Amino acid sequence: MITKQSARRTSATAKRVLQQLGHDRRSVALMLVVPAVLLILFKYVYTGNAALFDQIGPQLLGIFPFIIMFLVTSVTMVRERTSGTLERLLTTPLARGELIGGYALAFGSAALLQSVVTTAVALGPLSMKVNSVWVIAVFAIVDALLGTALGLLMSAFARTEFQAVQFMPAIVLPQLLLCGLLNPRPEMAVVLRWISNVLPLSYVTDAFTRARTVQGLDAQMWRDLAILTGCLILALGLASTTLRRRTP
Amino acid sequence: MMNKAEYAIRIQDLVVVRGRRLVLDELSATIGAGSVTGLLGPSGCGKTTLIRCIAGIQLVKSGTVEVLGEPAGVATLRSRVAYVTQASSVYPDLTVMQNLVYFAALTDRSASDVAKALDQVGLTANRTDLTGNLSGGQRTRVSLAAALLCEPELFLLDEPTVGLDPVLRRDLWKLFGDLAAAGHTLLVSSHVMDEAARCEQVLLLREGKLIADDTPDGLRHQTGQDDLEQAFLTLAERAGHPEEPNADQERQAS
Repeated sequence: MITKQSARRTSATAKRVLQQLGHDRRSVALMLVVPAVLLILFKYVYTGNAALFDQIGPQLLGIFPFIIMFLVTSVTMVRERTSGTLERLLTTPLARGELIGGYALAFGSAALLQSVVTTAVALGPLSMKVNSVWVIAVFAIVDALLGTALGLLMSAFARTEFQAVQFMPAIVLPQLLLCGLLNPRPEMAVVLRWISNVLPLSYVTDAFTRARTVQGLDAQMWRDLAILTGCLILALGLASTTLRRRTP
Repeated sequence: MMNKAEYAIRIQDLVVVRGRRLVLDELSATIGAGSVTGLLGPSGCGKTTLIRCIAGIQLVKSGTVEVLGEPAGVATLRSRVAYVTQASSVYPDLTVMQNLVYFAALTDRSASDVAKALDQVGLTANRTDLTGNLSGGQRTRVSLAAALLCEPELFLLDEPTVGLDPVLRRDLWKLFGDLAAAGHTLLVSSHVMDEAARCEQVLLLREGKLIADDTPDGLRHQTGQDDLEQAFLTLAERAGHPEEPNADQERQAS
């Protein structure tokens, strides 16, 4: 049940997280600019092979928000856990769902802004071809939220910010290798394909690949969206169980 | 001064075990409503654990803690009890004002409550400063202000005066007294024995056991010591723990 107070606490939390981000101008600049710069780099690395860039360009649009939101969220949340503010928050009327909702709202909007910048650079100066821009936006938000949710979850297993950063290669890189970016999934060895089937980033990549050629959302993209939403809910649910009020 | 029927906290046979260590050992006590109660004892004696039990965030082995007529930790108590941890638990990367406005929003308080709390802790001039740039004592006061603005019925303050200069300490103790006079209940922990003199009721904790529960005058009377520090030593010896005082501190380090 969403009451007025509950909505107020959630939005206050989102505002607070964004204010914290706002005081860290350098991080904001890196979040907004780095993906676009990387995309430009990819474009010129594949100068002689425009077809290849046309193929992986849209996939990259889906991968950046995921990686960056995972990192930002897990580090922020570890900070919240180790500084004692989480313990304090859990003694206030703020519910766990409201806290997680606030985080998702704040980082979701940051991800949207990042996607707008990256997509604008991709479609403009880099003349990447995509059929439906809004489809890109929808999937970018969902997969940024998925990154946020996994970051929240993994923060429970990190005692320090340094450990949280180490989770990035551990959780994200295997997904990056198996998602179909480097080699299309149907061409992978059977076992690897099975593994890639249970990794959420694979469905992000599938959807962004189809966004290049398909108009709007086709049945398979709806399926991808459903799977990603399911993963998102599962990760958020698991993350909320790691926020224990009573601790030893 | 304290009406026995009017208690804010009632603890019965509380046992807390952390790892293999017995932190609180069958502790029972009642804390009067509308008063300042001091929780005193050396570092590592279990003060923070006891406060966490009352805040409802500590896993306990057995025993009960009743707070404002309800079991500690139930959701309805979260707007009636404020817990200020020993380390200042506010956001260093927000301004003082942004911190307080956030905590005000969580408990449905307004901007005027924020202004009042800032004034109470003497940080009005620092409201636009980044909290992380303040001194340790100032950060502690931001943390305290975040609790004050919620106007809870019960304040749980874990060593709120550590590292403050004597003038500020005196001002804060005056504030605690004023809050109690206005009907709030305060449980204030400290390892500085002279702070016990400012409380109406004093709980002395040593190695997880309650060795005294009395008024400051009562403590002086029962030990025949004028100085509360000496009174504590007498009580500790009576309780039969002839260990070196340093043993406690070493234990806390783990």
